Amino acid sequence: MSDAEKAFGKRGNRDASVVNPRPAGTVDGSRRSGPVGPGREGDPFLIGEGMSGGYGRGPDILHDCTIAVEKGQIAVIVGPNGAGKSTAMKAIFGMLDLRKGSVRLDGRDITALNPQDRVKAGMGFVPQVNNIFPSMSCEENLEMGAFIRKDDIADTMAQVYDLFPILKEKRRQAAGELSGGQRQQLAVGRALMTRPSLLMLDEPTAGVSPIVMDELFDRIIAIARGGLPILMVEQNAKQAMAIADKAYVLVQGANAHTGSGKELMNNDEVRRTFLGG
Amino acid sequence: MDILNALVAFLNFVFIPAAAYGAQLALGALGVTLIYGILRFSNFAHGDTMAFGTAVTILVTWALQAAGISLGPLPTALLALPLGIAGTAALVLLTDRAVYRFYRVQKAAPIILVMASVGVMFLMNGLTRLLIGVDEQRFADGARFVINVRDFREMTGLQEGLALKTTQALTVIVAVIVVWALFWFLNRTKSGKAMRAYSDNEDLALLSGIDPEKVVRLTWIIAAGLATIAGVLYGLDKAFKPFNYFQILLPIFAAAIVGGLGNPLGAIAGGFVVAFSEVAITYPWLKVAGYLFPGWEPGGLLQLLGTEYKFAVSFVILIVVLLFKPTGLFRGKSV
Ligand SMILES: Nc1ncnc2c1ncn2[C@@H]1O[C@H](COP(=O)(O)OP(=O)(O)O)[C@@H](O)[C@H]1O
Ligand SMILES: [Mg+2]
Repeated sequence: MSDAEKAFGKRGNRDASVVNPRPAGTVDGSRRSGPVGPGREGDPFLIGEGMSGGYGRGPDILHDCTIAVEKGQIAVIVGPNGAGKSTAMKAIFGMLDLRKGSVRLDGRDITALNPQDRVKAGMGFVPQVNNIFPSMSCEENLEMGAFIRKDDIADTMAQVYDLFPILKEKRRQAAGELSGGQRQQLAVGRALMTRPSLLMLDEPTAGVSPIVMDELFDRIIAIARGGLPILMVEQNAKQAMAIADKAYVLVQGANAHTGSGKELMNNDEVRRTFLGG
Repeated sequence: MDILNALVAFLNFVFIPAAAYGAQLALGALGVTLIYGILRFSNFAHGDTMAFGTAVTILVTWALQAAGISLGPLPTALLALPLGIAGTAALVLLTDRAVYRFYRVQKAAPIILVMASVGVMFLMNGLTRLLIGVDEQRFADGARFVINVRDFREMTGLQEGLALKTTQALTVIVAVIVVWALFWFLNRTKSGKAMRAYSDNEDLALLSGIDPEKVVRLTWIIAAGLATIAGVLYGLDKAFKPFNYFQILLPIFAAAIVGGLGNPLGAIAGGFVVAFSEVAITYPWLKVAGYLFPGWEPGGLLQLLGTEYKFAVSFVILIVVLLFKPTGLFRGKSV
């Protein structure tokens, strides 16, 4: 269903003076968080373990899927289109109901937390699409990233501007007017504004030119060097595995291969099916 | 001096009434556009929200008057306004909890919310009538005029008189303050920016830790405030009658759409466009023409439309705008 069809319930006149065709959020914002449990001995920093679930009352998209990130490392998820990479990210962020499995962060079981509270627990997420506030200025986008903070955000903003100088140049400009690459930088910048203890990026280099892509990769590596663990979905499997400490190949919602970036690059089957020989 | 007389007649019969009416429409349209931008539907209950808020304010005004409290030259209703707003905010929050939230959680198509708001409209309609009755109420007290016709004539020596009612001056002043406060809130405060962020991208607002239910509640409270203020100013300027507040919904929607739905600046511009058109088209220009062209004796009153047809003006403006500039004068959502 297109946005317009959703807004008008597939019937009647399609007059936007009655109904705002902007799509609604996909997450139920009124859901309250449940209790936080204890983590398990020897857990990685973040682990989504044995996750099964799908959207609403639809069929399961994820089947016993496990993704983990160690402190100070980069983990990447690769896989064909529609494999459920974005779904796995959303599941880790509490944006869909898991039927099975649990998510644990930094020694705590956060499976029952809603997305708002996961932000407060230290997770930052850059979704694959619609990852900026288009009618707000760049600076306001960053401010909104820091919404939950009560302290002074000027330092963090300066750091983001250092990382992405173009954003400083365009800070008064509406984010919707930025180019694709600039948007992605802003989206990453927004997520950094909470000073998260874990950063999740869903295809941060989608739809940008190769030069901008290399630059973005450099920046992401720089962020990781700063000690921030990163979980990233990436369609450029080769480049992604080259920088990954841990890589997951997802096929049809299940783990197909797991290993260090190097191991997977040297794995014949992975090479043949995902890296093009 | 005839040009001056023409100007005074124009100010007295067209400009001042239209400016006051425009300010009332603008405040109403701001509430509609805010709900549209954030909750994604056109709230048909807005007119009756205005009526309810005004009714509560009138009741409090009566209580204050009975207690002998007044504001001197200003209407006592100003003092009652905060309580009126609080009562209305409580009602709309209750409505949201009981009606709209149910559909929001289900992610229902917004057209369903529009229909629900029609139901809420009838409910509030009845509630207001139960509360205060169906009759006309006049509740303006204090000084009636800032400038009255006789003083003006004596002061200027002009043949034509000019009157500025306290309620008209008050309407414009209060509207300016409220609009300034609203824009300051939306553009400068964290909560205001969070509202704009939510209206841009609900999911991303959530991912930034913004609580969507808080944004929705805040929106309703602000809309209730705007509706009550608009309703009280309108009631002070004209008179309070529940049915009029149902009728005013049309020019308010016209204003919001003409300006560009979802765009607060557009709502204000739209309010004045609709008000000035309505007044100018239903005003008999004979007098003004008489001063400007002394020799001319036109056959009629030079009135384009009878005042009975004033709501038709909103319709015509609406249709013209939708045909030629569907996004409104300021860029809102495309229609
Ligand atoms: N909001 C949604 N509602 C229902 N199904 C969805 C939704 N988003 C994605 N899907 C389905 O989930 C599957 C996995 O999608 P996704 O996680 O986006 O894949 P990937 O990111 O790996 O390309 C696809 O079959 C897709 O159709
Ligand atoms: Mg994806």
